[in-house]
Amino acid sequence: MKPFSKHTGLVAPIDRVNVDTDQMVPKQFLKLLTREGYGRILFYDWRYLPGEKPDPDFVLNKPRYNGASIFVARANFGCGSSREHAPWAILDFGVRAILAPSYADIFYNNCFKNGILPVTLPDAQIDELFKRTEANEGYRLTVDLEQQIVSDDKGLRCSFNVDSFRRECLLKGLDDIGLTLVHKAEIAAYEKKHLRVPALHANLDVKYHHE
Amino acid sequence: MARTLYEKIWDAHVVREKPGQPSLIYIDRHLVHEGTSPQAFAGLKAAGRKVRRPELTFATMDHSVSTKNRAIPLADSDAVAQFDALARNCQEAGISLFDMHSRNQGIVHVIGPELGITLPGCTIVCGDSHTSTHGALGALAFGIGTSEVEHVLATQCLSQFKSKTLQIDVQGKRPRGVTAKDIILAIIGKIGIGGGNGHVAEYTGEAVRGLSMEGRMTMCNMSIEGGARAGMVAPDDTTFAYVEDKPFAPQGKDFQEAVHYWKSLATDLGAKYDKTVVLKAEELAPMVTWGTNPGMVTQVTGRVPDPASFADTVDRKAAENALAYMALRPGTRMEDISVDRVFIGSCTNSRIEDIRAAASVVAGRHVAKSLKQALVVPGSRVVKAKAEQEGLDKIFRDAGFEWRDAGCSMCIGMNDDVLLSGERSASTSNRNFEGRQGKGGRTHLVSPMMAAAAAIEGHFVDIRKWSGLDGAE
Repeated sequence: MKPFSKHTGLVAPIDRVNVDTDQMVPKQFLKLLTREGYGRILFYDWRYLPGEKPDPDFVLNKPRYNGASIFVARANFGCGSSREHAPWAILDFGVRAILAPSYADIFYNNCFKNGILPVTLPDAQIDELFKRTEANEGYRLTVDLEQQIVSDDKGLRCSFNVDSFRRECLLKGLDDIGLTLVHKAEIAAYEKKHLRVPALHANLDVKYHHE
Repeated sequence: MARTLYEKIWDAHVVREKPGQPSLIYIDRHLVHEGTSPQAFAGLKAAGRKVRRPELTFATMDHSVSTKNRAIPLADSDAVAQFDALARNCQEAGISLFDMHSRNQGIVHVIGPELGITLPGCTIVCGDSHTSTHGALGALAFGIGTSEVEHVLATQCLSQFKSKTLQIDVQGKRPRGVTAKDIILAIIGKIGIGGGNGHVAEYTGEAVRGLSMEGRMTMCNMSIEGGARAGMVAPDDTTFAYVEDKPFAPQGKDFQEAVHYWKSLATDLGAKYDKTVVLKAEELAPMVTWGTNPGMVTQVTGRVPDPASFADTVDRKAAENALAYMALRPGTRMEDISVDRVFIGSCTNSRIEDIRAAASVVAGRHVAKSLKQALVVPGSRVVKAKAEQEGLDKIFRDAGFEWRDAGCSMCIGMNDDVLLSGERSASTSNRNFEGRQGKGGRTHLVSPMMAAAAAIEGHFVDIRKWSGLDGAE
């Protein structure tokens, strides 16, 4: 995973509440076998007219947001399906940080697994960020995970909280599985103690399902 | 100290705990389907890792399978590649797979409980948000992303922060015609689709206790639609009777021992939840969604709301967008909304009881002439066989419904069961998001009986007024 410590970039507004992951990556793109290449289809149904012609009315198709690498978004961003294709698409589109009042749990978690920082800020600060983004063409923000500060060059500074474990993993780009495998002996000890509990592990030898 | 059901299952699965860090939690059952697993297996292989406990992982094909004829090769080459990848990955790792030709194939959240893979007190995960379904048996079950699928394959554990607890207490008896689906839609309407974020929900109260396992699964299934990653019901005699004799469940003396343990899982008297929401069952009615998320819902006797009535500007804009997408005018009576297609199926409502309830509504009647299609898609081949044994397929066919093979079908439209742009459906599924069933498709979520009645009349009707109704006590 790509580490994240500090990122400065162009901000694009996704001004809708409850944006679900079906909008980020529609169903027909869930049949691929890779994690890469989803940037082109991010927000597919909103972004394209028939024939994959960019819809000029959709915010991300506006030239002023071309090259955006930070999204400012509304509450409950990423709700619905657990599809990790959503953060894969956001990352592949070029976005490294999201600022919103709240996120759906699974999406929030999926972002951290992919080197995207989802920053939670109070409604009033998000409102202010929407205002500044829309009022100033080329509006840029710096998201500093080390200092836990979001700032612009016009004097705005918002501090944010993030769990220290997730912060550490993101700063160092740590591999989750590697971290867990350090505790192999504890996992084996747990298994030894619990594996013969009938309530949990009886009858797993049934093998008739290939019929 | 008094503990909740969630806390007891959590405590029993802690492998490692350290302050300020997520806990390492052991996973008893890992369910896998074709849609969210290929990248996980590929990642595992790339890192030179192995599946730690293949016997605790179970796979099926459900999202993209055809519900028509499985003997004909699929035309969709992407879907074929995904099925092939799943079959290959399972074979290489030694994972049990119920492929599309297995007599036990079905939607992962239907076959888990049905085969006894899902058991009370277990931790269960799957790369699918509706994994919350399995909590109906008194398990801790939740959806995960593909990176976590890979993590579970490699370690049989997950690194998790403890959730807050949300009690949803549904007091009193539910009226005739009001089903589990209506209860959960009413709950989501009340708490909002982000209302349960950060929480695990436990459903309690007389109305929940009175539900069958199928009804409890419908409720827990849609926990995620209220933002709660998991939903649970404490196991009781209804649960034990359901689990007994299921193929993968403990048998005989082991089963008795297991029941003894499962009985200890119920939330202790005096245990504290972080939040409690109370509903009175007698105030509930059949529900119909009007918007583009499950929280945009009203009683069947209600009307499409006026966006101007929303105090919050963000909510008002969301309602305006939703009505524009749904092509609905404020003030329209829900019963005056007509539909083009009806879908009875999905991991929310495709179990035998759902099929029976819908059949009781359509028996001896015929779908409206105005309807383009009425589909019944059993959740599993076991459900399909059972329904056919009871003659329910004939009731549906005689009434003008199509009777299909098991799969996710028109809930997610990854096969060819989709809505065309501008078409409106009554659906027993769980998400009415924009474009989910097909770009431009408009979906209204309802119970199986409400969907069946809409098929017969061509528009929504209040099922409480339906004549000759049974199964709707």
